[in-house]
Amino acid sequence: MKYPGFDTISLHGGQRPDPVTGARAAPIYQTTSFVFRETDQASSMFDMARSGHVYSRISNPTVGVLEERIAGLEGGTGAVAAASGMAAIHLAVCTLMDGGSHIVSSHALYGGTHNLFSYTLPRFGIETTFVDPRDPDAFKRAIRPETRLVYAETIGNPRCEVLDIETVAGIAHDAQVPLMLDSTLTTPYLLKPFEHGADIVIHSLTKFIGGHGVAIGGIVVDSGRFDWDNSGKFKTLTEPYPGILDIDFAEDFGPDAFLHRARREGLRDFGAALSPANAFYILQGVETLALRMDKHVANTRKIVECLDNNEAVEYVTYPELPAHGDHELAKKLLPRGCGSVFSFELAGGRAAGRKFIESLKVFSHLANVGDAKSLVIHPASTTHSRMDDDALKQAGISEGLVRLSVGLEDPDDLVDDLKRALYRSQI
Amino acid sequence: MEFELNNQIVFAATGREDLVPGLPTVIFIHGAGLDHTVWTLFNRYYARNGYNSIAVDLPGRGRSGGVPLSSIEENARWLLDFIRALKLEQAALVGHSMGSLVALEAAYQAQAAVERLVLLGAAVPMPVADPLLHAARTNDHGAVDMIMLYSHAYASQLGGNPVAGINILNSNMRLLERGLENVLYADLKACHEYDNGLVAARGVDNPVTLILGEEDRMTPPPQATDLINALDNAKVEILPECGHMMLSEQPEAVHRALARSFHE
Repeated sequence: MKYPGFDTISLHGGQRPDPVTGARAAPIYQTTSFVFRETDQASSMFDMARSGHVYSRISNPTVGVLEERIAGLEGGTGAVAAASGMAAIHLAVCTLMDGGSHIVSSHALYGGTHNLFSYTLPRFGIETTFVDPRDPDAFKRAIRPETRLVYAETIGNPRCEVLDIETVAGIAHDAQVPLMLDSTLTTPYLLKPFEHGADIVIHSLTKFIGGHGVAIGGIVVDSGRFDWDNSGKFKTLTEPYPGILDIDFAEDFGPDAFLHRARREGLRDFGAALSPANAFYILQGVETLALRMDKHVANTRKIVECLDNNEAVEYVTYPELPAHGDHELAKKLLPRGCGSVFSFELAGGRAAGRKFIESLKVFSHLANVGDAKSLVIHPASTTHSRMDDDALKQAGISEGLVRLSVGLEDPDDLVDDLKRALYRSQI
Repeated sequence: MEFELNNQIVFAATGREDLVPGLPTVIFIHGAGLDHTVWTLFNRYYARNGYNSIAVDLPGRGRSGGVPLSSIEENARWLLDFIRALKLEQAALVGHSMGSLVALEAAYQAQAAVERLVLLGAAVPMPVADPLLHAARTNDHGAVDMIMLYSHAYASQLGGNPVAGINILNSNMRLLERGLENVLYADLKACHEYDNGLVAARGVDNPVTLILGEEDRMTPPPQATDLINALDNAKVEILPECGHMMLSEQPEAVHRALARSFHE
């Protein structure tokens, strides 16, 4: 006997054929609310004394299928979906900490996350110290008594720094705080952060998991391994909560404490719930995640090879290249491949970059990654434009840096498109 | 609720409500390697619906101190000490899996202290296969894996869980992992070696309800036949498409079966 495998969970996880209609696909439960069978059930569900759905801001059966499925793929005890990846990060952070808390974070972050940590959270009293993800000791040095979280991305955006998860997790755990990782670019198919010691995983479902660029969504997954009681640093989880009859989440829900607080407080009060229609669209993507990721990686390898040998390219930052600083770590952590989002430095700086992007015909110039279609962007002027010069330098984003998200088209067509645009960028 | 019993700290969740003299009491008893959190929905419900509701951590499990007791009989004696320490005249005992054996044996040892029995995922005898016992003895994660795979109906392994967003397979796995270090083996061995079940069943005349999972492969319903025959007029409820981990697999079905047993 063995546990259901990755592909089986991708197709069946979290769902049973609809008991009333027999529908095989997960139905879209497009409803705000759910009828109580009796008044006793109604009051009990508000008291967290009975299971079931009350209101779609807090839970919904279609969204629930997606949550269970992603939790199953990651090996987590559960998940809470949110309206976007950023909503998921906000939900997770605010479930764990109050004003006066502190985050130690990698500086190699998606620009939106960097903005949240740098400018928005400090207005609510939560400060962040940014460190080099390639220097685990920097995480250790930055930890303070009020630190409540260590945060990073599994692969940095856009320069593909690979995090030494096991080492950084050990540093976080020594300080009695969890390691939260944004694993959007790797997906559970390429990397399962919980197997390496991470405690909480975030995904922008908009990207590879949804995979088709049609729905925005995010999710928080919990490993259920972090001992909130033993840490003693998380009163939101270990002290009575007057918002729900003085419930003590760790006492009542053990490994699921964080998830229940995130849902019952975070979704209830912040309201950034995922819509059932978007959950449905994203579920269609989950069903083919393994197939798509293999093709994304295969296409990316061909394109990396092409770029690495082109005179118009100064360097390519992809961890499978021996020259990449995290090559050995990537071989260990990411044997199936390092995803399909990476960057390269174009000779000729910003002007060449503009010519290059405007010459592409198959790649689409837009602010997204992880689509089935190939995408391109110039980070310094778009996704990371709100970072100041120092932050850009820290993140390794130069004027000539171009980010690609390689899609599922015929690889020869992608290579031809890039070669043509590279040529035009230099004339 | 925490207090000292037999020189050890005892923890019992009470649904965040104080115990009130005069109210009927229900005590929930967890299974092997588990703790009070498996009863949270039910405990919170009964605490707000006219009961003193108590989900206890047996010695050495969850938040209770000490080490696991080595037999079902010892656990039952400890449970009766617990009831006396709370100055309860009588309590309904609701036990799951190993907890059902503890409840049955406690009723046999002190029938007057027990108002009724509800036995979930119960069978007598409750033998444990050698590979599982061996893995548990060596604190091998294979013991957790075997329990997870045999305790959940296949549909439950894939999901469709009524508690939104929770993956019960992984959630129950984490709970068992917390009790893997020596606790699980002690509990499984106690179940395996308990040979007084049928004597106890013949000796009690409390109202008894059995709630069994149709697809339970740890304690399959046919394995409860001798127990049912030994009990006098036991009521039996079989939950369709449900395995041994019925508290998380089908909490609403369990809730309704429990309610029927209490409202007889």
